[in-house]
Amino acid sequence: MALIDLANPSRFLALAERLLPYLIGLTVFALAAGLYLASGAPDDYQQGATVKIMFIHVPSAWLSMLVWGVMSVAALGTLVWRHPLADVAAKAAAPIGAAFTLICLVTGSLWGRPMWGTYWVWDARLTSVLVLFLMYLGVIALWRTVDDPSRAGRAAAILTLVGAINIPIIKWSVDWWNTLHQPASVVKLGGPAIHPTILVPLLTMAVAFALLFFTLHVAAMRNEILRRRVRSLMLLKAQIAPGSEA
Amino acid sequence: MNALAAMFMRDIRLAVRVGGGGGIGVLFFLIVVVLMPFAIGPDMALLGRIGPAILWLGALLASLLTLERLFAADHEDGSLDLILMSDTPLELAVAAKALAHWLTTGLPLVIAVPLLGLFMNLDGHASAAVALTLLAGTPALTFIGLIGAALSVALRRGGLLLAVLVLPLTIPVLVFGVSASNAAIVGPLPFGTPFTILCALTLTSVVIGIFAAAAALRHGME
Repeated sequence: MALIDLANPSRFLALAERLLPYLIGLTVFALAAGLYLASGAPDDYQQGATVKIMFIHVPSAWLSMLVWGVMSVAALGTLVWRHPLADVAAKAAAPIGAAFTLICLVTGSLWGRPMWGTYWVWDARLTSVLVLFLMYLGVIALWRTVDDPSRAGRAAAILTLVGAINIPIIKWSVDWWNTLHQPASVVKLGGPAIHPTILVPLLTMAVAFALLFFTLHVAAMRNEILRRRVRSLMLLKAQIAPGSEA
Repeated sequence: MNALAAMFMRDIRLAVRVGGGGGIGVLFFLIVVVLMPFAIGPDMALLGRIGPAILWLGALLASLLTLERLFAADHEDGSLDLILMSDTPLELAVAAKALAHWLTTGLPLVIAVPLLGLFMNLDGHASAAVALTLLAGTPALTFIGLIGAALSVALRRGGLLLAVLVLPLTIPVLVFGVSASNAAIVGPLPFGTPFTILCALTLTSVVIGIFAAAAALRHGME
């Protein structure tokens, strides 16, 4: 099925209804497998059991970047191809991406407490994830400020693309800033390579998180389409309400 | 070209005459810098050390404050619609407006730095370094802010949203502006490295800012 066929929201809704049960099943299975493998992974000789936080922390960090990528593709879809579902996809992805970024920040700071002795350090990675989180909040704020969905979609698309260009620059400048201010204060994780006993559960969790995102995204897109239908029905109702034409 | 020059001169005239907001930005800059010692304490050595950072933050906030009016006044009186409908490419028109805006709000901040540097216990060399980095960096702030101004032009409560959208994008400019100033004052880095990166950031944001702001205006106003 070509992407353009999904331009019809009803067709997308039908597809989503058919896909969602399988997606949910697959996600639950992958999450269960990932958590099982992670619980069987050996403890780190230095960090003990706290290294298990990594199996939540690292996949959500990857997802936080992947979701901005999905939003950027959707933004191109809005601006270049004018695909009717592109701004629905972008809008649905933003809160999910912000949630993954928040999970990454919270688990990172919980992990930092026993390892570094503090909940927060101005480490380059932490800082750039925090900035990414702020940018997600900015996009969501823009969505919530413009009341007309299609206009909000195009504004958010421009902001998303500007962000996609700027995020690598910000990341790089934060790295520079950090090496300038705090030379080597953070213990580097692991050795030169990650052992397979850690890597396999980590990758399983990453696949599970990606499936989780995909499932939530399809469901959120469905909800957004239904929400827009409700909105236009309400507008229609307000238009033909008795007394409005008098 | 004549239309662009006319628009450029019009914006400059509007900014410097009564009702324009050009001077308020500098006043705000002055007040922010004056407030800092009250929060930090009158320790001259400490102020001298963090002076470049305070001046940069003050300039960043002051340039943010004036951005909201960049398109809002034209939107209110309808001239933005005329600019959109005219034969002049919107990108060039936006660039002319941004340049006029920088000349009337960004450049005064740079000129004010030697005076404010005295309050921050900076010697002449240090003040010159901060002024030079601000001269190279404030165009980046204007052109990044241009995107936010274009996105929020038709919105109520646009000013607050503008700050939220623009501030994360200005982090690289702040990082390299402050580190170039510090490199010139205390070292150990050579001044050229962060300064050239700052110039590169400015050039990049000029390109991105113009096209993104024009796209935002086109999509936002239709």
